[in-house]
Amino acid sequence: MTAVESRGVARIRAAFEKARSEGRAAFIPFMTAGYPSTAEFPALADELLARADLLEVGLPYSDPLGDGPTIQQASEQALAGGTSTRGTIELVRVLRTRHDKPIVIMTYVNPIYAVGPREFMRLAQEAGVDGLILPDLPPDQDIEIADLAAEYGLAVTFLIAPTSTPERIRLVAQACTGFVYAVSVTGVTGAREGTALSEVPAMLALARQHTDVPIAVGFGVKDAQTAHEVAALADGVVVGSAFINAVREGRDVPTLTNTLADGCVR
Amino acid sequence: MTLTLPSYPQPDERGRFGRFGGRYVPETLIPALDNLEAAYREAKIDPGFLSELERLLRDFVGRPSGLYLAARLTEHAGGAKIYLKREDQNYTGAHKINNCLAQALLAVRMGKRRVIAETGAGQHGVASATAAALLGLDCVVYMGEEDMRRQELNVFRMRLLGAEVIPVTSGTGTLKDATNEAIRDWVTNVRDTFYILGSVVGPHPYPAMVRDFQSVIGEETKWQLKALEGREVPDVIIACVGGGSNAIGIFAPYAYLPDGQRPRLIGTEAAGEGVETGKHAASVAGGRIGVLHGAMMYLLHDHEGQITPPHSISAGLDYPGIGPEHCLYSETGVAEYVPVTDAQAMEGLQLLTRLEGIIPALESAHAIYHAVQLAPTLSPEQIIVVNLSGRGDKDVAEVMRLQAKAEDTPGNAERQEVLA
Repeated sequence: MTAVESRGVARIRAAFEKARSEGRAAFIPFMTAGYPSTAEFPALADELLARADLLEVGLPYSDPLGDGPTIQQASEQALAGGTSTRGTIELVRVLRTRHDKPIVIMTYVNPIYAVGPREFMRLAQEAGVDGLILPDLPPDQDIEIADLAAEYGLAVTFLIAPTSTPERIRLVAQACTGFVYAVSVTGVTGAREGTALSEVPAMLALARQHTDVPIAVGFGVKDAQTAHEVAALADGVVVGSAFINAVREGRDVPTLTNTLADGCVR
Repeated sequence: MTLTLPSYPQPDERGRFGRFGGRYVPETLIPALDNLEAAYREAKIDPGFLSELERLLRDFVGRPSGLYLAARLTEHAGGAKIYLKREDQNYTGAHKINNCLAQALLAVRMGKRRVIAETGAGQHGVASATAAALLGLDCVVYMGEEDMRRQELNVFRMRLLGAEVIPVTSGTGTLKDATNEAIRDWVTNVRDTFYILGSVVGPHPYPAMVRDFQSVIGEETKWQLKALEGREVPDVIIACVGGGSNAIGIFAPYAYLPDGQRPRLIGTEAAGEGVETGKHAASVAGGRIGVLHGAMMYLLHDHEGQITPPHSISAGLDYPGIGPEHCLYSETGVAEYVPVTDAQAMEGLQLLTRLEGIIPALESAHAIYHAVQLAPTLSPEQIIVVNLSGRGDKDVAEVMRLQAKAEDTPGNAERQEVLA
């Protein structure tokens, strides 16, 4: 592997290792690019990055079928405000000028195909993106995307779910180069009442048999308590809809960020 | 005669029609799709399943549907004989019931007691609700708010049948958004829910399975045409295409014939106000390859991959993509796809209604219009079969509204002529 190939992978790995050495699960906040507006997004991302180990930036998409209403509405608002696929990459470029922490883009595959997979990877690499999370791309659907990402030094993250069979978990875990994203529940993204983590330990144990990349858990983490419960099981904790709800309701994002980051302590 | 379900050379074992199709869905659904594929593979050759499906298609749906020589329409067009494959005669009013009953039987076989569906014009929703009522299943139908307005009667029919109709307000409030919601529901409730998908779109195995269930249309056409005209293969087959299930149903039994033995297969796409205006739903004529609802296909989207809102006078064609098998047919020249505008479809509806006493669905009216254009270029010995995918009862209120609007619009002489 050349230097450029390992860049995103190495930075993401280092972020997880740092968190682990400090007795924490990595804290991974998510925010939709261009939300609530392109002007306000960078400052909001700064507030998240103040405590994040890794930032997940959502590329707003018109038809996000893996997301619940909260992120979908944020995407609609960002798109209406003029955030585009290239614009999302530009927003990461802005953040990169003032942050060293890894930043990954969560995107559905259609924008990648529309821009052209090679062009998309090239733009992402130039802007300082470290990796991609691909919620509607099972790794056996398109080998080209993962190969191109590697060529441009980007890590890739695919998802496993409670419904995944042992064979699927092995396939997905082995395809992930950044971290594995384990979905805590069958369902779409969104803060929800009574998130049950009963299926998570078995899923993580299976995945760990097949990979040594870190495993983060997301979907349904909304407060310090759920963050703490997930942190006891996983290498990383992803929180998305809770932040968008906070922005929408005008609540203080730094306070929520601190609460959730503190919750990730084991 | 015992029902058999066809075996076609496409898709490949990965669910690809050439480069189209596939399974671009959240990982949560992959095991469910694997299970569905396995269950379908078994059901397809199980005499018990096939005989039950055959019984329902015959005694409940009323199959076979007629193959009817439209003599007055033929005379009007002047040229090839125009036959209509009368899917409008089916119980619930369209071809959709063929697929819904089959999928609902499969749901029962798989032990699922809850079914969900998406619907645009409401025909698939009504058919799903009907099948659910017949088999005692719980049914939830997702429908765009805009479509609920356009198809009020079908909303009422679904509720009367015991289905829960959930309005979808996200995005454009039409079929693509209803499909997103149905997929989200399925991701959430995948363990006990069967998703009855209404067209030859979506992740594998849906495009192949829905095609197989709809192939009864083309298979019947073969023996009916043989009885009427002494030959199984017409010169031209025309069908309207949104997602493309009625078209695949009549195309597929002919599409894999060798070159030279295959009829011309023509899909009419909804050109809305004209492909050049950008207000259309013509995915082949006006789209580029992309991924939506789990499959790679021709798609209406901008240069950065955001889906652009389709437009059609007909809610059933108002979809930004087209089934992956149609994409392959288009790319390989097995079938042609031609755009037909809203106004032309309205003209088709008017013509068939006045000349034959058949009010077609606005979807099917696109195919009628093109048949009337094409017939005079052919000889009287030649035969065109138009798949009349559904009846127009559901569209009457909308046609009435459009007619009133057209009369109110000054300077719209051509349109008023059409609607007069």
